[in-house]
Amino acid sequence: MAQVPEQNIAKTAKKLVLVVFAMFGFGFAMVPLYDVFCDITGLNGKTSDTAAQINENGVDESRLVTVQFISHLAKGIPWQFEPMVREIQVHPGETKIIKFYAKNESVKDIVGQAVPSVSPGQAALYFQKIECFCFNQQPLKANEDVEMALQFYVDPELPRDVSTLTLSYTLYDITPKADS
Amino acid sequence: MTTDTIHDTDHQHDDHHDHKMTGIKRWLYTTNHKDIGSMYLWFSFIMFLTGGAMAMVIRAELFQPGLQIVDPDFFNQMTTVHGLIMVFGAIMPAFTGLANWMIPMMIGAPDMALPRLNNWSFWILPFAFSILLMSFFIGSGAPNFGWTFYAPLSTTYSNGSTAFFVFAVHIMGISSIMGAINIVVTIMNMRAPGMTYMKMPLFVWTFFITAYLLVAVMPVLAGVVTMVLTDTYFGTSFFDAAGGGDPVMFQHIFWFFGHPEVYIMILPAFGIVSTTIPTFSRKPLFGYSSMVYATASIAFLSFIVWAHHMFTTGMPLFGELFFMYCTMLIAVPTGVKVFNWVATMWRGAISFETPMLFSIAFVILFTIGGFSGLMLAMTPVDFQYHDTYFVVAHFHYVLVTGALFSIYAGAYYWLPKWTGYMYDDALSKWHFWCSLISVNLLFFPMHFLGLAGMPRRIPDYALQFADFNKWVSIGGFAFGLSQLIFLAVVIKCIRGGEKSEAKTWDGATGLEWTVPSPAPYHTFEKPPKID
Repeated sequence: MAQVPEQNIAKTAKKLVLVVFAMFGFGFAMVPLYDVFCDITGLNGKTSDTAAQINENGVDESRLVTVQFISHLAKGIPWQFEPMVREIQVHPGETKIIKFYAKNESVKDIVGQAVPSVSPGQAALYFQKIECFCFNQQPLKANEDVEMALQFYVDPELPRDVSTLTLSYTLYDITPKADS
Repeated sequence: MTTDTIHDTDHQHDDHHDHKMTGIKRWLYTTNHKDIGSMYLWFSFIMFLTGGAMAMVIRAELFQPGLQIVDPDFFNQMTTVHGLIMVFGAIMPAFTGLANWMIPMMIGAPDMALPRLNNWSFWILPFAFSILLMSFFIGSGAPNFGWTFYAPLSTTYSNGSTAFFVFAVHIMGISSIMGAINIVVTIMNMRAPGMTYMKMPLFVWTFFITAYLLVAVMPVLAGVVTMVLTDTYFGTSFFDAAGGGDPVMFQHIFWFFGHPEVYIMILPAFGIVSTTIPTFSRKPLFGYSSMVYATASIAFLSFIVWAHHMFTTGMPLFGELFFMYCTMLIAVPTGVKVFNWVATMWRGAISFETPMLFSIAFVILFTIGGFSGLMLAMTPVDFQYHDTYFVVAHFHYVLVTGALFSIYAGAYYWLPKWTGYMYDDALSKWHFWCSLISVNLLFFPMHFLGLAGMPRRIPDYALQFADFNKWVSIGGFAFGLSQLIFLAVVIKCIRGGEKSEAKTWDGATGLEWTVPSPAPYHTFEKPPKID
């Protein structure tokens, strides 16, 4: 055992332990990195969670895009939640307002949060919401109902091969986590 | 070249002069790489039989269409825990066991560099698997969300077993990381004088690179299970869209670990067959340095292909093409290896001892698994194959006839060195031929079932799949039983038999064959000289 370089062993081992911690950190760093990456590229159908400015690029009258609205209820939220219009046709650049209807059908007060997603994913970057109920939490008392507005336009830059957009909202019960 | 000329192989010590403890204490306190290697190997075999028993339940349920033996929830627990045990409990510890036994002897070191760490990294493993298996008896059962534990299955929809699962994986991960650190430190610092990196046996090279992969990705696994834990129990929202998280991100982080993990389970196999094939072909390994570079390239590429597991998640076209081409690129270094093995055998004086039989079967059957992997890598067709039995066939070809067969090849190859006795040749050939026939009956028809649309992880199937599933199940039972022959061979070999010489195989090269058989408790206390 005489020739075994003890210090070298300790040195190599310490370096490797550092790598282990760095990679553990990297696992968590992937969370913000992923969000930034999706934000920039618009991948994953995630729409922007901040309000867009009024469209200033004009309206592209040469084509019509179909926008479909669908809604889902996450597990365990006793609400009724659906779009009041299933489908509309818009010219890219044209601002539209549509409404969703939500009703708390339970006897408890519940705070809901709608989370949007656009399909096809690459169209998410071009779907601009000027005003959306999904920007805020929606508290509803027992048996209360509400009509929630969405004001949006489709960016005229939308690639020409996309003729139909589907906007899906999933409504979650966030009562325990809601801002008080 | 891997061959080394040995000048100095005297001074082997007897067991007697060492104050070995007796009974259980010897095994609990041991820091000897050979003891720890044996414990790893026995542990992995016990886990292999445990996970195998679960596979038998799965195949029994799938013997006929309809639900007859177990309920669907228990079926899901079986598929999940079978996967976890086979990956983390059978294949990985078996490789670590081989590494512990052979690496110090192959590089002329007296022991691993960090012997006490070595003891600990083994002894926490039984606790990890006790926690995992305990979950069967507590609450509403064991993990049932698949070994890949996709969120939200493992978070929102968990049956309450997530905590057991997470802590078990944490401990397994810590064990693997410590084992890997030990391997790297040993190889970097403990080589005998004169053994340069490019003189190391390929076996040592593959474990060296594998250990780096482990150090790099096991912490990511620890991170992702921690996120699953806090999402489930502490109200975070890493993977919960309601709180701003994203379930698809789970898949990205998981597969960033998961794909290098695949190579963690196959690179050591390459090292083993690169040792056995030259021995029984009586030729040096063809293209040693290209083998080293190929191994390193596979390890590098394994970090940039993870999303090929996620083609159906709605990636943009560019992403799908990038991951498709990177994945296909792996076929190049892998092809280099396969051709090198074939070239090693070419015009060699081949003899068909059992380790060689398993190695040849490895080369052929692993290549089949590699080809089905290439098919899966093609994005357009992957939409059809995704989550079908074709995938099951693919990864069982690479992990059972790949990794497991190589472990058998290695075990038969070094058994005489470990025990000092030759194994029962006839019985070992029974083991090989029964395994070979049954494993193909078990997994080959799965390709067609998958192409025809049979989904994986479902306890029932459409009637048209009944005949093939019956044959697959029969193959499964036969394969399971065949593995008991191996247990018999090992026990018989430990108890006695024909004495083995120091150099069991006439074509063998390497330092491990310069010490007597069985290998003395301490070897190379004085380093050998290598030209």
